[in-house]
Amino acid sequence: MSVFRDVTQAVPVAVFKLSQDFNNDQDPNKVNLGVGAYRTDEGLPWVLPVVKKVEKVIAHDDRLNHEYLPILGLPQFRSSASAIALGAGSAAVREDRVGAVQCLGGTGALRIGAEFLRRFHDGSNNTQTPVYVSAPTWENHNAVFASAGFEDVRSYKYWDAQNRGLDLAGFLGDLETCPEHSIFVLHACAHNPTGTDPTQEQWMKVAEVMMRRRLFVFFDSAYQGFASGDLDKDAWAIRYFVSMGFEMFCAQSFSKNFGLYNERVGNLTIVARDPDNLQRVLSQMEKIVRTTWSNPPSQGARLVAITLSDPALFEDWKANVKTMADRVLLMRAQLQAKLQALGTPGTWGHITQQIGMFSFTGLNPQQVEFMVKERHVYLMASGRINMCGLTTKNIDYVAQSIHATVTSVQ
Amino acid sequence: MQSRRASRAGALKHSEKITKPSVFVDTHAAASNQEAKSLFAFKTDDDVRKVYLAGREYLNEQGQPYVSPFIGKIKRRLSSDQTLGSPHPSSFGLAEFNHRATEAVLGKKSSAIVENRVLGIQTVGFTGAVRLGAELLRHWYNGDTACQGPVYLSSHCDDSLAGVFQAAGMPDVRQYRYWDAGRRGVCVDGLLQDLETAPERSVVVLSASAHPTGADLSREHWALIARLMMRRQLFPFMLLPVAGLCHGELERDAWPVQYCQSLGMELLCAQSFSHCFGLYGEHVGHLLCVLRQSSVLLAVRSQTERLINALWAQPPVGGARIVATVLSNPAHRAEWQEGVWHMAARCMLVRERLREKLRLLGTPGCWDHLTQQTGPYCCTGLNVEQVEYLSKRKHVYVLPNGCLNVSAVNSCNLDYVTEALHEALSAEPLS
Repeated sequence: MSVFRDVTQAVPVAVFKLSQDFNNDQDPNKVNLGVGAYRTDEGLPWVLPVVKKVEKVIAHDDRLNHEYLPILGLPQFRSSASAIALGAGSAAVREDRVGAVQCLGGTGALRIGAEFLRRFHDGSNNTQTPVYVSAPTWENHNAVFASAGFEDVRSYKYWDAQNRGLDLAGFLGDLETCPEHSIFVLHACAHNPTGTDPTQEQWMKVAEVMMRRRLFVFFDSAYQGFASGDLDKDAWAIRYFVSMGFEMFCAQSFSKNFGLYNERVGNLTIVARDPDNLQRVLSQMEKIVRTTWSNPPSQGARLVAITLSDPALFEDWKANVKTMADRVLLMRAQLQAKLQALGTPGTWGHITQQIGMFSFTGLNPQQVEFMVKERHVYLMASGRINMCGLTTKNIDYVAQSIHATVTSVQ
Repeated sequence: MQSRRASRAGALKHSEKITKPSVFVDTHAAASNQEAKSLFAFKTDDDVRKVYLAGREYLNEQGQPYVSPFIGKIKRRLSSDQTLGSPHPSSFGLAEFNHRATEAVLGKKSSAIVENRVLGIQTVGFTGAVRLGAELLRHWYNGDTACQGPVYLSSHCDDSLAGVFQAAGMPDVRQYRYWDAGRRGVCVDGLLQDLETAPERSVVVLSASAHPTGADLSREHWALIARLMMRRQLFPFMLLPVAGLCHGELERDAWPVQYCQSLGMELLCAQSFSHCFGLYGEHVGHLLCVLRQSSVLLAVRSQTERLINALWAQPPVGGARIVATVLSNPAHRAEWQEGVWHMAARCMLVRERLREKLRLLGTPGCWDHLTQQTGPYCCTGLNVEQVEYLSKRKHVYVLPNGCLNVSAVNSCNLDYVTEALHEALSAEPLS
């Protein structure tokens, strides 16, 4: 008898199942609007030109050996990655109170940050400390914090389905009534899955309450550069919170903005009150990393570090990021225009108001099912679509499909 | 500038910010581990004769981590290959890598592979493999959703192993006797006794090859251990941290895993390809899970995927791609295999030289074990005081338990190292 005989089948991860179903679909018109990765107008993954350039440089550099990296990762990567989030002129960086841990993608950064908080945040055992994630949020947020030992993962109000926008009153209400020292996971920009970000004024209100009620700020920044095409603009919220004196974590992913999905390049940026606190935190982070993956892989981090530290390559990269962001903006504009031209019932302004890779179409589960089964257009049950799945070739079909769906299914 | 922003937001008094204690105020500094202390001491040691023998990596004759020009060639070719798109992301990593890695450990004709009851997973290095295996056991071993252990580790094992199991939520970590200092080999009687008295269903972590002491179990030993473990329902978690470097061949080093599998045992096996490919920075690890029944494979696979999604989502592709490329091409494989034989052979050569030198110096103790054992690691039998003497007086650094990495010994430092060992073993203890 197997020692694993009692293992139950796990519910498949929705987005992977969707991709699988899409792959198995034989319909020639099929469109995949589920996956969370950038695609070109040809529907292909895009290796950024700057990445190809730097990869060759690395492959031909004989001085680079394959030695283990330090536990916390490549120093040049860590500092340049944190600088991208906090800004080149960041006072916090100058004051030596910013540190970082190179991690395995955004997921790894969230996990290491979560493991630290569970051990040290508010006393030595935080298994009961509430962790708040937005309603809705990236489904893996729940899994990461739960796996790190947090038993009380809750949601804070965020998406107002009725008005298709931010439920600010609900959000602020949850901030006011939650237990002190609760941990809040905030999306730095391009909220996944709604594409709806707080405005600057709204962020200021959020910050005021969080500071007053001593809530812990944990930013998830997976789309810097992708939202508006401008790195600094997309980092405004993070920088505002830092300037307000928050101590915080920021999990950064370079999967999307560098197209390095498979290299697992992430960074956990830590902002502490002073260098002394920072050092103690980093020493504990080392212990946690050592028992998780020992030290991180070097290839992706080296690539990012080289790119960010060379002025010409940095400009190349920013241009590549803008290319991706611009294509998304174009698809947004075109989809909205086509739906309006078709006279599709409902308001579609949210398609261009929302920001980043994703859009919450507002289609209900029945409509989503129709889209998938009858039209072979694959999207998440929540109505979330990945704008990158749209191309000039399939956008008409998608617009017509939405139109057909909304007019025949209520 | 900060107070300007504060008044603009109208939210915060400047004084409040500077007097409030840090949210991290209760985070105490972590005690630095032995390896880090040792490495730091070495780095800050400015004696020109200093030698570091406490590392894990295989070093070449020039004292550098092994970098194969052949692997460099493959890497360059892969970097300019336009046809390589990003494959469909899989939590389990590269399928071709997993296929080859699993075959390398179990052998192509393994009944477990044929009967489809094997799960092979690319992990973030060796530690990642151990951590994932620990998480799997913690959540699913024998239907216990919060298995605490006991997990048995050998004496003189890698000191980070216990921490990995504890981090996964299995705090009950115990030890079984392994290294016999007197006989400079495995303390088999002690080992069997400890396993006999371990609670039934305990997890037992066993080195398939390249134990940190250099002392590996013989085939006869494995026969005894396997039978005992089956009788007492102990679960084997096998380790292959430097796959290929003991006997020069992956399959030979993995013999114990094949043997246990052939007896019908369920097991986990963590291995690393970092050493035999010289890909340390790329972290090419692999976790193998052999099940007794194929009917549980899908469920175990699905739950393992969940665990991976919350740890690192998917492993990095770079190193695995190189390994897969080499292992799936017979010509590449042959060229790579030459390099591995060379590494294993060099370890043997260094061992012979060490033994010969120590014999000539008349160093106290018996040194036959150096050549009776294989692989990059060995235990000198130095006690704590002697290890300290070695580092402080002679600037030669070994692990606190007296183990060292023979590949770090080369023609430049051989004389100095053996003289230093001789002195440490003959000297009066430091007061």
